[in-house]
Amino acid sequence: MSMWTLSVALVCALIVWAVLVRYLMAQPWLPAGDPGNLDDITAVDQPAKKVGLYSFLGAISSMFILFITAYLMRMDPKHGADWFSIPKPGILWINTLLLVYSSISMQHAKSVAAQPGQVNLKRGLLIGGLFAFLFIAGQLWAWETLHGSVHFHLSNPALAFFYLLTGVHAIHLLGGLYVWGRVTSRVFNNARPESVALSIELCTTYWHYLLLVWLVLFGILLLT
Amino acid sequence: MAFVALADRDNDAHLHDPETFITKYVWSQDHKVIAIQYGVVSIFVGLIALALSVMMRLQLAFPESFSFITPNDYYQFVTMHGMIMVVYLLTALFLGGFGNYLIPLMCGARDMVFPYLNMLSFWTYFLSVIILLASFFVPGGPTGAGWTLYPPQTILPGTPGNELGILLMLLSLAVFIVAFTMGGLNYVTTILQARCRGMTLMRMPLSIWGIFTATVLGLLAFPALLVSAIMMLFDLLLGTSFFMPAILSMGEMPDYQGGTPILFQHLFWFFGHPEVYIVALPAFGIVSDILSVHARKNIFGYRMMVWAIVGIGALSFVVWAHHMYVSGMNPYFGFFFATTTLIIAIPTAIKVYNWVLTLWKGNIRLKVPMLFSIGFIFTFTHGGLTGLFLGNVTVDLPLSDTYFVIGHFHMVMGVSPVLVLFAAIYHWYPKMTGKMYNVPMAKAHFWLTFVSAYSLYLPMHYLGILGVPRRYFAYGGAEFIPASAQSLNVGITMASIVLATVQLLFIINLIWALKNGKPSGDNPWEATTLEWQTPETPPKHGNWGPELPEVYRWAYDYSVPGAKLDYIPQNEPHHGQGSVESDSDDAVDETKV
Repeated sequence: MSMWTLSVALVCALIVWAVLVRYLMAQPWLPAGDPGNLDDITAVDQPAKKVGLYSFLGAISSMFILFITAYLMRMDPKHGADWFSIPKPGILWINTLLLVYSSISMQHAKSVAAQPGQVNLKRGLLIGGLFAFLFIAGQLWAWETLHGSVHFHLSNPALAFFYLLTGVHAIHLLGGLYVWGRVTSRVFNNARPESVALSIELCTTYWHYLLLVWLVLFGILLLT
Repeated sequence: MAFVALADRDNDAHLHDPETFITKYVWSQDHKVIAIQYGVVSIFVGLIALALSVMMRLQLAFPESFSFITPNDYYQFVTMHGMIMVVYLLTALFLGGFGNYLIPLMCGARDMVFPYLNMLSFWTYFLSVIILLASFFVPGGPTGAGWTLYPPQTILPGTPGNELGILLMLLSLAVFIVAFTMGGLNYVTTILQARCRGMTLMRMPLSIWGIFTATVLGLLAFPALLVSAIMMLFDLLLGTSFFMPAILSMGEMPDYQGGTPILFQHLFWFFGHPEVYIVALPAFGIVSDILSVHARKNIFGYRMMVWAIVGIGALSFVVWAHHMYVSGMNPYFGFFFATTTLIIAIPTAIKVYNWVLTLWKGNIRLKVPMLFSIGFIFTFTHGGLTGLFLGNVTVDLPLSDTYFVIGHFHMVMGVSPVLVLFAAIYHWYPKMTGKMYNVPMAKAHFWLTFVSAYSLYLPMHYLGILGVPRRYFAYGGAEFIPASAQSLNVGITMASIVLATVQLLFIINLIWALKNGKPSGDNPWEATTLEWQTPETPPKHGNWGPELPEVYRWAYDYSVPGAKLDYIPQNEPHHGQGSVESDSDDAVDETKV
């Protein structure tokens, strides 16, 4: 595997170590004071769902990094003499804009979630979800465009990776849309704003994350 | 900053009290029930893998004697044995089983933070097992490509199960990874957010540190297996060439070109080596706690043990290519990976020294869990030392793909973690059931297992040095293999039959004790950790009654000078707060210390 992946792994390890080292220096065998007043990592007071989401993002980041590493290794001229660049359907640019708008709308929904009156919240959520659905429809359009072209040879790894990477990204967005559907349904059933605020915040974080992943994937696809 | 336990601040967290038999024992969201569900399924599937290994050994010892073991069957047995043992038994039982049981109890939580996700995790795991076992019943049978599933032979004609078998294997692995991710998110979040008041990170028992670090490794490493499984599914079903090179197969030219099998190897081992530690780190943690309890001493070098666990976890991501010295990769890579492999031996050796120093001058009680734990120190040291041979490129080259490798990884990753699993089951069985098993039968189980395991794997190193290759159905008249090697093979097979048979003692004992075992009491080992301080044994739903425990000390206050008893539970306040510690050294209970 490339030295690049190795470097990423080492940097991650160093970050984890830097975060943990303060706590790892404790001397737990010594008597301590009030158990409610101990210095510890959980003093970072975050909801469990947020910690769960960030852990999940860590796991899928590992997956996307490995997909990208596999992509770069496979197109290495030493292995990839059969690699032929494919034309990128123009609709991908429109799809990118759709996902950006989707992310902005979700951010808007998040910012108004705690405010009284839910009109803006409902509008933000609906537009965010709608644009995400349109993004997926646009990706399907891109698939269909390539499928009907003369370039459609799955034995060409460039094409195979295009379907693979866009497909995996779309599946994760569909998973996000499932959660979005549940949250939106609660909002339209007039759930208390404070009871949905966290879910909207986490949805928004996930949206931004998938936008970032798409920008990286799109950039890599464009470069080859 | 003040320590704030999630359970204290989240008043919305409510327990999903079971109301019917179905919600209590089937669709249960109680971590203890889910742990036992994981345990039962993983041990069941592990017994299947054990039976497969005996069939393999019968073929090797008595070739041409068993008409029902064909070459294809043999390779299918090898593959399924390996995959089941590594993934569906060891990973599932350590993390799904003991992770689920111990995390909330040892951390002082009522349950996992996402109980519904936890339930989904088990049933998804169960589905993955069903898919895997279904491959025994499809045309062509399960895949026989070896547990590493290397392309191109995995999906080429001539390899057993190259169509439906490999398809089901890859699907099963993908489903397993989904299950693991759901469980893993729960373990990490519960440990970080749901510890009770006073349970700081550095007061956590080492079992929890091992499970926590292994889970983080799993969340980062299993995606590599998922990526390789998805890409191989594309090659298999859609005709892409991610891994499949242009190749002539059985006189025909399949429609593949340019794929790189080495890419698969990199991805596989980027998962595969951390997987060793996904299994080993929980074992390290558990064995540390058991040794401390039964030696009546604090664990030697607790802080160093935590650092070693974290350090081993980090290093495990930069050693994967030592499995690939013979793959033709860049020689500089070999140098780099040999170096990192030898570096990882340092924190590992620290742990072994600390285990031995924990025993040093301890008031050792040779209870059944202690026997298995001491047995583990032997087998793990043995397996670790042979790892140093294989970690060096020049030594590895002649030993690669011989029985030396089989002997090494079975000692370090087979026997060692399994001994810890036995230790852990015998240690926590009284808490899980409220009953004590038959001790003489359990001791017989230990000695027969330990001696037969050594008889099985020690001679394999010798076979490997002779050059006997692994993965062969039969050796025919290979001149470089002396006749004595075949005699040794017969002996190894006899040991494997004994080893497999004595596991019946274990199963019978556990089932027998459920009904006939004597009541164990709440804390039969006089241990300090929180799971032994629950108001009821076995703990009821919610674990702690109306009030969560509060932790005042670390998990290893054994034989504290001046204390009345030779152990002080973690939830016991210090002096002036109702402590069991006495005011003077005279009060030490000599019968206990």
